[in-house]
Amino acid sequence: MRTIKFLLQKEFRQIFRNRAIVAMVIAMPVIQLIILPLAANYEVKNVNVAVIDKDHSSYSQKLINKIIASGYFKLTGYDFSFKQAYRLIESDAADLILEIPQGFERNLIRENEQKLFVAVNAINGTKANLGSAYLLTVIQDFNRDVRLQFIQPGNFNQQPTIDVASSNWYNPLLDYHMYMVPGILAILVTMIGGFLTALNIVKEKEVGTIEQINVTPIKKYHFILGKLIPFWILGNVVFTLGLLVARLVYGIIPVGSLFLMYGFIAVYLLAVLGLGLLISTFCETQQQAMFVMFFFVMIFVLMGGLFTSIDSMPDWAKTVTKFNPVSYLIEVMRMIMLKGSSLKNILPQLGIIAVFALVLNSLAIFNYKKTS
Amino acid sequence: MEQNGRAENAVVVRNLVKVYGKEKTAVDHVSFSVKPGEIFGLIGPDGAGKTSIFRVLTTLLLPDGGSATVDGLDVVKDYKQIRNRVGYMPGKFSLYQDLSVEENLNFFATVFDTTVEANYHLIKEIYDQLEPFKKRRAGKLSGGMKQKLALCCALIHKPVVLFLDEPTTGVDPVSRKEFWEMLKQLKTQNITIVVSTPYMDEANMCDEIALIQSGRLLSVDTPGNIVKSYPEQLYAVKADNMHKLLKLLRSYDKVMNSYAFGEFAHVSFKDPQVNISEVTDYLKQEGLADIELRTTAVTIEDSFIKLL
Repeated sequence: MRTIKFLLQKEFRQIFRNRAIVAMVIAMPVIQLIILPLAANYEVKNVNVAVIDKDHSSYSQKLINKIIASGYFKLTGYDFSFKQAYRLIESDAADLILEIPQGFERNLIRENEQKLFVAVNAINGTKANLGSAYLLTVIQDFNRDVRLQFIQPGNFNQQPTIDVASSNWYNPLLDYHMYMVPGILAILVTMIGGFLTALNIVKEKEVGTIEQINVTPIKKYHFILGKLIPFWILGNVVFTLGLLVARLVYGIIPVGSLFLMYGFIAVYLLAVLGLGLLISTFCETQQQAMFVMFFFVMIFVLMGGLFTSIDSMPDWAKTVTKFNPVSYLIEVMRMIMLKGSSLKNILPQLGIIAVFALVLNSLAIFNYKKTS
Repeated sequence: MEQNGRAENAVVVRNLVKVYGKEKTAVDHVSFSVKPGEIFGLIGPDGAGKTSIFRVLTTLLLPDGGSATVDGLDVVKDYKQIRNRVGYMPGKFSLYQDLSVEENLNFFATVFDTTVEANYHLIKEIYDQLEPFKKRRAGKLSGGMKQKLALCCALIHKPVVLFLDEPTTGVDPVSRKEFWEMLKQLKTQNITIVVSTPYMDEANMCDEIALIQSGRLLSVDTPGNIVKSYPEQLYAVKADNMHKLLKLLRSYDKVMNSYAFGEFAHVSFKDPQVNISEVTDYLKQEGLADIELRTTAVTIEDSFIKLL
């Protein structure tokens, strides 16, 4: 115990003397959590739309007004031929073309039927998808208005229709911040924990201090605990700061139990620190450790379900995410913070992360040798 | 430490072999032993295998053949006990640069489960010089001070054997001299010291030395005996044109060995009863002037060159 106490004392002295680390631990969660959720916004606004109005009727005017008034679209072209409008798409000035055919109003009234043409620039997939979906909604809405005007109230319910009313649970306003903040916080905790541990031990190798330690009677587990505990604490500090930012900046108050969240983070940090530790046993220089860690963090982030939903990944990718600890943390964070899940709900994830922690740390301890 | 429980030899190395990779033999069947309380020097150029031997003896490296004991303990089997009993100062400064002098010393004392106060008498002489800087970070110390601190840290747990790997490499001549004075002081505390150095002049400070080259021991003896066992009479020659002199000596059929040595050339002759004036005449004849030829004492370096 005495040895561990002194190892910890030494470690904390070194951490607090390293301004870059202190700054990183404090500034990184605060700044990144303030900037990233604002930037990583999925709401599509300002879809540029070019309209080819061949009808020039009061109905076509009404439709165009309705589209622009929806707030999602910006009219960047009002043309007479598809050729002209297509040029706008080519020069990236328009994302969508809506063509209103000649006789739009007449056919709609006389024949109760009319067709519209929508062309979408699909280079930016998200924008194209959402843009055309919004546009279709607006047009349907317009359609309903028209029907209301023309069909006599008595005949109104002739056709059976299914009207779907949906309500968004846990995030009623579909606020992206609610969704992004817990995810980004999960990644921050992973990065700080993993990088700091890996780099710290490799630095001791680089400077040669590990040689000095190795000739002392310090036990393997003393040394490893001496490294794990400080970074485990730092990980918790980062997490706490993140929760504060989420609350103060985004007004996200965890629905579930704080205690449960800290409990999960406690186990999760052990897994991440174990990974850092394992990497450090294979690397000789900080540069190597940095690159190996980046390799994993990139995969963890992109396949963690933060930006793209895991459910929409192909089967092989889903299998890969099963080995990604970050995906469990992101899932659990969202579950507890937004949904208020209880221990029973997150038990499977907790179990898997505990296995990760056990395996990674065992491998690291096994691979850390005082003698070469 | 109970005197009778102590091994007869502080360090025993038997047929030690260390091979890196497949063919790079760093240590090639090396055997020597170090008596308790002596300063034992491992003398050889860079890459001779000194550090590998040190790392085996300090349990950092597993030998590929042979055996070694430190204080009677096997370096492979009893590595845990050895770690309690040896002090190691690697060639590269490897203390925590971001901790202060005091903190480093305290840290190494505590990891050995002792305190600075308990063994202060061992390091007092050295630490006195560091005292004014005790709050300074180790990384900000001068080279000589760093080395003193490293020595203090290696000594703080009162090791039975102290391993110093090239402690004076890159240190100025005055500090080097001071350092050896410190080692002599430590000897009086009955600490066995194994030290390696590429500097031949430091060999004389040791009680016993092993000359090593390319992983093989050339000779193990006291510096005096090594010098004494030099078989020929050695001469120092000087002339106005040293380059020409060396070339001439090398081609002269009476010469057994010749090489540059400082401002002189050292020469030995095949015939022990060689006529000096005859040699001088020959050199003059070949166009050299200001010739100075006299007998000279053998140094360790001469012995080393002879053994190569």
